[in-house]
Amino acid sequence: MLILIPLLPLLGFAINGIGFRKVPKSLVGIIGSGVALGAFIISILAWNSFNGTPQVVKIFDWISIGTLNIPFSFQIDQLSLLMLMIVTGVGSLIHIYSIGYMHHDEGFGKFFAFLNLFLFFMLLLVMGSNYVVMFIGWEGVGLCSYLLIGFWNKVTNYNNAARKAFIMNRIGDLGFLLGIFMIISTFGSVEYTEVFAKAANGSFAVNDAVMVTITMLLFVGAMGKSAQIPLYTWLPDAMAGPTPVSALIHAATMVTAGIYMVIRSNVLYSLAPSTLALVGGIGLATALMAASIGLFQNDIKKVLAYSTVSQLGYMFLALGVGAYASAMFHVMTHAFFKALLFLGAGSVIHAMSDEQDIRNMGGLRKHLPVTFWTFVVGTVAIAGIFPLSGFFSKDEILAHVFEHNKLMWGLGILGAVMTAFYMFRLLFVTFFGEFRGTHEQAHHLHESPITMTLPLMVLAVLSAVGGLMNVPHVLGGSNWLSHFMEPLFAQAKQANPALFAGGHLDHSTEYMLMGVSVGVAIGAILVAYNLFISKKTVPAADKDVTGVAKVLQNKYYVDELYESVFVNPMRKLSDVLHSFGEFLIDLVVNGTGRLVQWLSGQARLVQTGETGFYVFAMVLGILAIMAWNFLLK
Amino acid sequence: MLTLGLILIPLLAGVGVLVTKNNNAKQLALIGALIELALAIVVFIQFKPNATQQFGFKYGWMASAGIHFSGAIDGISLLLVMLTGFLTPLIILSTFRQPYKNASTFYALILFMQSALMGVFTATDAFLFYLFFEAALIPVYFLAAVWGGENRIQVTFKFFVYTIFGSLFMLVALVYLYFQTAGTHTADISSLYKLALDAQKQGWIFWAFFIAFAIKMPVFPFHTWQPDTYTESPTPATMLLAGIMLKMGVYGLIRFILPIVPLGLATWGKTAIVLSVIGLIYGSIIAIQQRDMKRLIAYSSFAHVGLMAAGVFSQTLSGVQGALIQMLAHGINVVGLFFIVEIIFSRTKTRNIEQLGGITQRTPHLTVYFMILMLGSVALPLTNGFVGEFLLLKGVYETNIWMGAVAGLTIILGAVYMLRLVQKSMFGAKSAFTEHFADLSFSERAVLLPLAVMVFWMGLYPNSFLKLTEPAVNNLLQMIHY
Repeated sequence: MLILIPLLPLLGFAINGIGFRKVPKSLVGIIGSGVALGAFIISILAWNSFNGTPQVVKIFDWISIGTLNIPFSFQIDQLSLLMLMIVTGVGSLIHIYSIGYMHHDEGFGKFFAFLNLFLFFMLLLVMGSNYVVMFIGWEGVGLCSYLLIGFWNKVTNYNNAARKAFIMNRIGDLGFLLGIFMIISTFGSVEYTEVFAKAANGSFAVNDAVMVTITMLLFVGAMGKSAQIPLYTWLPDAMAGPTPVSALIHAATMVTAGIYMVIRSNVLYSLAPSTLALVGGIGLATALMAASIGLFQNDIKKVLAYSTVSQLGYMFLALGVGAYASAMFHVMTHAFFKALLFLGAGSVIHAMSDEQDIRNMGGLRKHLPVTFWTFVVGTVAIAGIFPLSGFFSKDEILAHVFEHNKLMWGLGILGAVMTAFYMFRLLFVTFFGEFRGTHEQAHHLHESPITMTLPLMVLAVLSAVGGLMNVPHVLGGSNWLSHFMEPLFAQAKQANPALFAGGHLDHSTEYMLMGVSVGVAIGAILVAYNLFISKKTVPAADKDVTGVAKVLQNKYYVDELYESVFVNPMRKLSDVLHSFGEFLIDLVVNGTGRLVQWLSGQARLVQTGETGFYVFAMVLGILAIMAWNFLLK
Repeated sequence: MLTLGLILIPLLAGVGVLVTKNNNAKQLALIGALIELALAIVVFIQFKPNATQQFGFKYGWMASAGIHFSGAIDGISLLLVMLTGFLTPLIILSTFRQPYKNASTFYALILFMQSALMGVFTATDAFLFYLFFEAALIPVYFLAAVWGGENRIQVTFKFFVYTIFGSLFMLVALVYLYFQTAGTHTADISSLYKLALDAQKQGWIFWAFFIAFAIKMPVFPFHTWQPDTYTESPTPATMLLAGIMLKMGVYGLIRFILPIVPLGLATWGKTAIVLSVIGLIYGSIIAIQQRDMKRLIAYSSFAHVGLMAAGVFSQTLSGVQGALIQMLAHGINVVGLFFIVEIIFSRTKTRNIEQLGGITQRTPHLTVYFMILMLGSVALPLTNGFVGEFLLLKGVYETNIWMGAVAGLTIILGAVYMLRLVQKSMFGAKSAFTEHFADLSFSERAVLLPLAVMVFWMGLYPNSFLKLTEPAVNNLLQMIHY
């Protein structure tokens, strides 16, 4: 039964892929969305029949080498079930949305095939019972990401973006792979159950060098997949893909794989607080850097892309302070509201005839009421305003960070301020004021079809109420999600109790923290309101941007830095090795050849034979060796 | 007896093709190669996955001197026999749209080559191995020198002399080893395994073997013949060279260096791994900027074989098993890729990726096959390349963590040059060269489909191959770690 969850999307891929241009268009969308829904329904069934203990289902032995056996098998537990819900649930909605969004595209069938293939690999990633199956999914989703970013492959820039994404991910994957090798040499297995049991049995001290190294290597993989400093620059470029792809792969699911990996490996990470410190630091730095870039972006999808990088940073910040469940909570709420925002942006782009620059929009709320209102919900949610979902998840993370380190909390609040500002700037500039596009665009403005607005509405509801999953005690809730996930961390608690010993905050402090984060967000919103509604400011044209704003708009010139430090020198090196390196080696080879020729020429002078000097040299050599051999005896 | 059949059938078929008319040659050659494939499949099915030599034959050659015409198949041989049996008919079929002058000679040479390769992979007598090792060179030399590109004479001469030169070192080593055997001496390879020479002598013999095999594969810095030869040879010859012939070198490392000179390996293994890994990185970096598709794949092949060599020198089960499965995988992928280059070249008359682009707009089939082979080549999980690279890197890592990390760069660099190759040739805007580009013909699909099936079969269920070779590999490794 379980195997059907990934198998259905694979089947969809096969039908739409092999039947490319043969399956009727009306069927393509139904098949593509149908398999996703089917996987969702089976996931719900799996959820209902789950009895609280992890269940491992072996499909077959994949790679066996000596005593190491890597099975192709699945593990169902609290973590994989939660991920299944997000992937298949949000995935289904985005498939349905794509029926409307991609309707006019000539690659309609291809699109659904790739989307289904993505689901297949993503499901392997979250369902695998060992690190190598996770790696299959990990690289597989990278491939689909590549295929979908470069979906419109006539455009060279898109192809470059796709290639960049794949290669940057591969840099991370090398870390992951080396981590797997180290896990194998340390534990003799890659199966989660075996690895974690051995790690937690007391033979590893806290901050054991092996643990720290393994977790660092795995984290390199996470940095690539989840777009953290220094491997984040591919994600904004990935917006070249069709918008449903940005929503599904580059916001809701694939990019959270790094967080999934750390939560999955929580036993190992809990034994390596040094790594956790790095994870938290990188997360926080990424959250701030990306948010600051987001302040000055004018492409609707770029704003959301940097916002995603920033929110992923918050999740790693949570992981860094050992708040695994809070990170997962934010993964879930973020999946709802960021998918919603991207799909909303898609609806806008659809209505605007592929315009993406918010400076050419304005006043869209009248023309796109459903898109507007759902977008408002998403914006309020991500800004962390009570009582929408983002409030609960972000607040929980910041509360944990506050316990851990007050300065980091302060910086986290700063990020939240920027988040509220850039999101409301986006909302105001896009949907309020006067329309600034062309007449043609104005004439063409329309609300999107029901296949697109329905997913928006569902996601808006989820974004609004999603926070109820984990309402804290102080607000009269029961922390359902945290309790549900608790068994996942039992071994980690046993191995390193100190990490989980943090005293709980008293109620007044919690109220204070909530008050501060909501207060500053509202402050940021008011500033945005003043700027973009009262003063009707429109972001300046690129050439008029100066100073800090210019640096931020140009993303701190990190792309240019990488280009000149890594890419160009590598090209140069390639050229130099090809021309000069090869020439030099060849010189030695040819020189040796000439030397042999000359020597044999000399030998030929002694001999009368014209030909066969090779044979002669050979025989002579053999005789010499034989003679030497007999003499030695 | 089956083993002898594997050597004789292509030889006889080759003679048959040689005496037929040119216009029937390719069909006859294909039939011969298919019969050979059928025989190889019989061997595959009847093979018992244990460490023994099976299907053996033995005739006196210089019997009184202990030299025999003898061969047999163990798991290691089997894999390469399968590779040779599987690829040769596809290589022949790949030429069906391309007329070659003096076709009967052309196809006869391919079959002679196959016969010699089968001999190399099954010989159990050291001198017979040497004989086939040299014999395999002759047909491919003529294929390259007669049917090759503009610079063929100069390039193939270098190739010929260089590899012959290397083989002489092996001959010297073999003669020396032969005289070390007891009694009236024997050239039986398994008797050579029992010799216990001192470390210094083993060091010398290690290098004699190393140079011979390193030139053949090639390993850095013995590779400078390779990119030119691969580029100048007619594509079927390039496929034979890269798909099968370079595996003679890797096979030699496994068959001779590992069990015969373990002490030499203990001293020099690290050096050899370093050279192999240098070649892996060096070749990958050079591949990044290549414009000629054939030359790009040539450098990628050079890089891949470096990793195989490093895996063998790691002397680990993972490394050697990885090298074996990667030989099969690489053979399949590289033949497919060279064929795709040929398909593109035959339609556009250029191999320069700067002049190509936009091909995918008209060719869904070609695109899919190209992607599959590319993914195999960059070792995406569930394709054949992943299993090989995973095991190879694991083997190298087990010997030396840092070497493993450096060798691991291949997964990044491989993606860099392969994605560039696909993007520049297939995606983007159409060029003047690709304006009218027909999708695959039936015979072209008939070549690519079996290759694609193998990419996934090996990637999804590698145990069907790993299980065959593991007993034989364990056997060899036990000899080292006694």
